Amino acid sequence: MTEKKYSKKHEWLEINGDVATVGITVHAAAQLGDIVFAEVPAAGKSFKKEDAAAVVESVKAASDVYSPLTGDIKESNQAIVSDPALINKDPENTGWFFKITIKDQSELNDLMNKSDYDKYATENPN
Amino acid sequence: MDAANTQLKKASKTSLYDFHKSLGAKLVNFAGYEMPIQYKTGIIQEHIHVRNSIGIFDVSHMGQLKIECGNNIFSYLEKIIPLDFSAIENNQSKYSFLLNDKGGIEDDLIVTKVATGIKIVLNAACKDNDTKIIKNVIGSNFEAVLREDLSLIAIQGPKAAEVMEKIFIGISKLNFMHGNHFEYSKKKIFITRSGYTGEDGFEVSINNEDVEELIQDVMRISDAQFIGLGARDSLRLEAGLCLYGHDIDSNTTPIEGALSWAIPKIKKETGGFLGDKKILEQIKNKPKKIRVGIKPEGKIIAREGTKIFSIDQKEIGHITSGGFGPSVNGPIAMGYVAYDQSKEGTKVILKVRENMVQAVVSKLPFYKKSYVKN
Repeated sequence: MTEKKYSKKHEWLEINGDVATVGITVHAAAQLGDIVFAEVPAAGKSFKKEDAAAVVESVKAASDVYSPLTGDIKESNQAIVSDPALINKDPENTGWFFKITIKDQSELNDLMNKSDYDKYATENPN
Repeated sequence: MDAANTQLKKASKTSLYDFHKSLGAKLVNFAGYEMPIQYKTGIIQEHIHVRNSIGIFDVSHMGQLKIECGNNIFSYLEKIIPLDFSAIENNQSKYSFLLNDKGGIEDDLIVTKVATGIKIVLNAACKDNDTKIIKNVIGSNFEAVLREDLSLIAIQGPKAAEVMEKIFIGISKLNFMHGNHFEYSKKKIFITRSGYTGEDGFEVSINNEDVEELIQDVMRISDAQFIGLGARDSLRLEAGLCLYGHDIDSNTTPIEGALSWAIPKIKKETGGFLGDKKILEQIKNKPKKIRVGIKPEGKIIAREGTKIFSIDQKEIGHITSGGFGPSVNGPIAMGYVAYDQSKEGTKVILKVRENMVQAVVSKLPFYKKSYVKN
């Protein structure tokens, strides 16, 4: 069974056991506008919670994508590297960034559910 | 603190502010004006639309200075603007600069000579200071007015001439960088064939109260679309054109900015303008650094501030404008490099985050109007 959570930095996580798939939210993708570049972390790289883990660039600017959890990268999505526009088209599905192991389940408590995130995104558009 | 400070001075609005909002524009503060950065379809689509068809830009935030004068003003203006005013025809426009005593560029501008005097289009962020500088040099014998009653609209793209011809008979006969008066709503308005996109196009100076009607007319008879500052930036970068405050500023000279083409031969030989000593010296002995095009290999975008290294890893300069070029379909940039590293084809290295990106000094513009119109 999977569970979806959201971070204050506008990432979504799909949690499946001890692995989370991470991407940027529909809201974040719309805010960025046309995405033209994505850089994803190599498998095996370790991140602490809120480390910059990936890069996404729109025509306007470059932004970091943060790891919402502490863990090791299991896999990254090469499809968004070769076709960055996929992140605009399908941000919360095929436009995922990376899969990361969940080292500390308690970190999940800091994340939001969908309705809380939607409210947060309206109040904190950037 | 920052937010509080920026709110102290309320942002100005152009006459088309409500119109932009009705089109779903994303508005940002630019040079003290609330301006559209993009509309609903996004920057890439807007950019491509200008390259393939016709786009409308609200550039009313820019300064439109009018000086009522005759030929007796030339010697004053030539002190700070390195042009040969007597060689400019009536209704002809020239790209030039306002210089400081170190030869630095206080602003870049378009000067148009008209029967009743001189019109100058200035950058929004500089216009108040520019006006002060100009008034100071021309003295009280001439009146210089920053025309807040006028809007400025750029209509750009391969279809611009045929569309504008339907509203302004004879306009397609104008040469590039020339203007004339036309009638609209029974009023005389001034239009030049010019722009900052690398496309053919026009810039229309029109009364604030008539501007919306005109753009409605243009949109009624064509597929013209409003274009925001985002696409304006990618269009001008592909065209190799400078953005003031980024690619040129008060510390760079026109020679360093690779803009010596804009200074007439006689001025390059005889000087006679502010900062001429430094500028003539740089023409003779070459500047230490110079603006060039930089084409990064691959997909990584090198933005403003990115450091440029030589192949043997010496720091030789930095990027001043960098982004994604939708018509080039890849990253493009401009920046300053040491003069001995500025030859077209020179391989350089850009440090973007932890990546060392291979790049080449490239000819400007990146995009040239060479393919057939659709």
